[in-house]
Amino acid sequence: MPVNSGLAALSDHFLGATMVVYALAMLGYAAEFAFGRFGRTSGAPAVEPVMSSPSSAGAARLTASERVPAMAGAGLGAAERSGEVDGGVDGGGVDGGGQGGPGAMTDPAAALAAAMAGDSEHPPGPAGVRWIGRIAVALTALGWLAQVGSVTARGFAAHRVPWGNMYEFSSMITLVAVSTYLVMLARTRARVRWLGVFVMFPVVLYLGFAGTVLYVAVGPLVPALNSYWLKIHVAAAIVASGVFMLSAVTTVLYLLKDRWENQLAAVAAGRAGASAAMRKRGGIMMRLPTAAVLDRITYRVIGLAFPIWTFAVIAGAIWAEAAWGRYWGWDPKETWSFITWVIYAAYLHARATAGWKGNRAAAISLLGFSALFVDYYLVNLVISGLHSYAGVN
Amino acid sequence: MSQPTAPTTVPDDVRAQASPPPSQASGGPDAAALDAVGPDVRGAGPVRGLGSARRVSARWGPGRWGPARWVIVRIRRLWHQLTSMRTALLLLFLLALAAVPGSLLPQRSLNPLKVEQYFRDHPSLAPALDRVSAFNVFGAPWFAAIYLLLFISLIGCLSARVRWHARALVGRPPRAPARPSRLTGGQTWDTALTPPEAIEAARVVLRRRRFRLAVAAEGATRPDGSPDFSVAAEKGYLRETGNLIFHIALVLMLVGVGLGSWFGYQGTVLVITGDGFANTLVSYDQFSRGRLVDPAGGLAPFSLTMEKFTASYQPTGQPADFRATVAYASGLREPTRVAEIRVNHPLAIGSAKIYLIGHGYAPHFVLRDAAGGVVWEGYQPCTPRDAMFTSTCTLKIGDTGLAPTGPTREPRQLAFSGVFTPTTELDRARGYVSTYPAANAPGLTLTGYVGNLHINEGIPQNVYSLDTRDMRQLRLNGPLGDDRAAQVLALNNPKQRTVTGLPGGMSLEADGVREFATFQTKSDPFKGWVLVAAIAIICGLLVSMRVRRRRVWVRARPAAGTGVGTGADAHAAAATIVEIGGLSRSDIDGFAAELRAIALDARAAMETDPRLVDSNKQEL
Repeated sequence: MPVNSGLAALSDHFLGATMVVYALAMLGYAAEFAFGRFGRTSGAPAVEPVMSSPSSAGAARLTASERVPAMAGAGLGAAERSGEVDGGVDGGGVDGGGQGGPGAMTDPAAALAAAMAGDSEHPPGPAGVRWIGRIAVALTALGWLAQVGSVTARGFAAHRVPWGNMYEFSSMITLVAVSTYLVMLARTRARVRWLGVFVMFPVVLYLGFAGTVLYVAVGPLVPALNSYWLKIHVAAAIVASGVFMLSAVTTVLYLLKDRWENQLAAVAAGRAGASAAMRKRGGIMMRLPTAAVLDRITYRVIGLAFPIWTFAVIAGAIWAEAAWGRYWGWDPKETWSFITWVIYAAYLHARATAGWKGNRAAAISLLGFSALFVDYYLVNLVISGLHSYAGVN
Repeated sequence: MSQPTAPTTVPDDVRAQASPPPSQASGGPDAAALDAVGPDVRGAGPVRGLGSARRVSARWGPGRWGPARWVIVRIRRLWHQLTSMRTALLLLFLLALAAVPGSLLPQRSLNPLKVEQYFRDHPSLAPALDRVSAFNVFGAPWFAAIYLLLFISLIGCLSARVRWHARALVGRPPRAPARPSRLTGGQTWDTALTPPEAIEAARVVLRRRRFRLAVAAEGATRPDGSPDFSVAAEKGYLRETGNLIFHIALVLMLVGVGLGSWFGYQGTVLVITGDGFANTLVSYDQFSRGRLVDPAGGLAPFSLTMEKFTASYQPTGQPADFRATVAYASGLREPTRVAEIRVNHPLAIGSAKIYLIGHGYAPHFVLRDAAGGVVWEGYQPCTPRDAMFTSTCTLKIGDTGLAPTGPTREPRQLAFSGVFTPTTELDRARGYVSTYPAANAPGLTLTGYVGNLHINEGIPQNVYSLDTRDMRQLRLNGPLGDDRAAQVLALNNPKQRTVTGLPGGMSLEADGVREFATFQTKSDPFKGWVLVAAIAIICGLLVSMRVRRRRVWVRARPAAGTGVGTGADAHAAAATIVEIGGLSRSDIDGFAAELRAIALDARAAMETDPRLVDSNKQEL
């Protein structure tokens, strides 16, 4: 069937619009995130720990956990924030939180979103800054619509699912990431807006890379890809990769916040003075949930993605059996999928059974994401194999 | 990896939950309650650690049993270390690491030609790498050692966990701790009901939520002699079931893969349109089989002929579709059927499947003597080397009828080396090139040699490469003119497809081209087994990730004389103090919400007095 060139051009225009709108949204989130702290109403300066002895830390923790049940619907961030304002820097205030609501038990996405909710009803910051944040959300939604238009037009232009080469695959991954973020925003009534800049930055970067380096014109599939397994295997790989990407973002945030908390503890214990860098970045750091919460979010996100990844690999094996006559042949793509799977399996075992938390778990998580990166980029672009469908010359 | 912490059987996250916060510790925690929680948690969780090894050595110590037993102790300790989670993690990382060279270095199983190329490029490094099986990583002994150790470790761990889980499934939930409310999220309230009534009410609430229950027997007492009014509830056994299914299915999958490689075979064969092959060892160009396959009688007795090959392309030259129309008989006396084999659509005959894995062009050559008699004729498949099917052709004719020459009676054999271009165009810079993969204007650029090919000397040769050491290049007459090193033939034009001027007045005509297809026959009788194991892996994984195991305890005691509760007036009408608490090894947030909901229900069920005592956390 011939390619519909009008629709193909429309898809490209939509993609350009998507990138511009996403970039604006990213700037909006960044502005809100960066300037929001100056409007904090809770009088405590960012880096002036009140805590002087371990017992007051305990008191702070109790205050925090006490307050939380009273605030219906308050996220973990609320407990964390009051804990920090009162000087508790051990992150213990979180244990008293967890206002997932009964619905959260049956709905992991909602629980996840609730756990990630940074701030409750009063996102700090002056009204102007909050409006910038709202506009950024609107822009994200607009960009999302444009991207859906781009992907759909491309699918119709080529008369097939729009994930047949690396450019389309990358566009789909970012679409999954932005959709996940928008769903979380809707579920938490915009309480995860703080995450916006961290989601949009890699998305814009990735989309720009896809639109320039990886871009190929609309075309039909090569025969090897012409199978209904394309829909199943590649869709699963897209979803799993998108969710793993999210886990890498939360892992990096965890590492930043963990370092921050350690510094803060050192300052509180009188071992170190508050550096200028700490004063400068303090507001941003305090907007993030505690390191413990970020650690748990990472665990859950990986727990969500791992079965999907397993399914993607197994579906790929079934397809390989039909296409190449063997279900597993240690093709570079298969090898790196396997390595990725093993590393994330190790992460889950380390977290669930060996009780590894914090930095060691974060290291495994980032290692797993690196393997995924190799699996996707280096295998397609550098190492040649049966999966060389990038279409990039 | 090396973790300098003391050996422990309690994972950190559980310990964090089960131990009291520091502020409570100073107020004197109910040690008995926490002790009661501790061992139960261990029972629920996996006991993978060195602690068990220590216990073993205490029981089988050398002092009591002598040196023979001591050896057993060492072995058992080794076994426990192998089955510990830390070892398993180490092996997992090693497995991931070991797979890396398999993707970076060329592998014999994937592309033997690339391995040969690597040997040529790195003459000193390659043999050293080869000695450590770097070109066959996934069949290497060290790779096998890692995954076998991992699976032994897994089986050792599984056998214990299956036993524990079976015991948990038939057993009762562990008894309530003395003070369940001290657990994270625990609550206390009082009610006018008597303790047995309160426990009954709690039992109904938990039953409705489909917990498995164990109510303390009537007349049971606590260690301090007071009557025991409590109910223990547990839920989410499916988590461990799913977990065990996942791991057992992994083992079964490995077994299936192993059996498949023992009982399976695969062969590759190149078939020119009009030709065919039978499923016997000698038909295949390349054949490999498992150790337990009988090469004489073990192969399905089918035969196959390719009647037609159709390839279609996009205008850009990108392939659109390939299909081979074949006639096959699945046995000697079976009728002949016609089928189509396409990419992604193999043909199944018995346990074997036939795949279309490649295609290309095979020009037809005729060698004639001076009188015009045919000396040799045949199709010669050419190796495609780009997307437009520019292909390399090598034609070796051993039996030319030319008399040997020289004192050593060197044979005079002919060889031609050529480039086939299906849609030929003359490019100013690059000469004759192919601009489209279909055979619209087939052309052949040809050079010829005469001399000793060394093909009848018992040394196997690659049919696609030419050894011209003992050969002399010919000057050819043909379409481009006389006495030239290379000629270009147009296969569709009878006037421009013959080269002459060969020794002995011979001529070579390339009078047509057919397509060939490469088929792979593959039989793996354990494929279905592996598929079932894979499905079980997914199901087990989903269940174990989604279901959460959690325990809830409710304990009641008469209000009088307990000394608990600071607001004396609030207790005036209360007969019973009820405590609720619980533990979940995973999903702390979700469980906290569930526990609150249960507590709310339980309170409502015991509601006779609106005055409630709030969580005992606030009392501290």
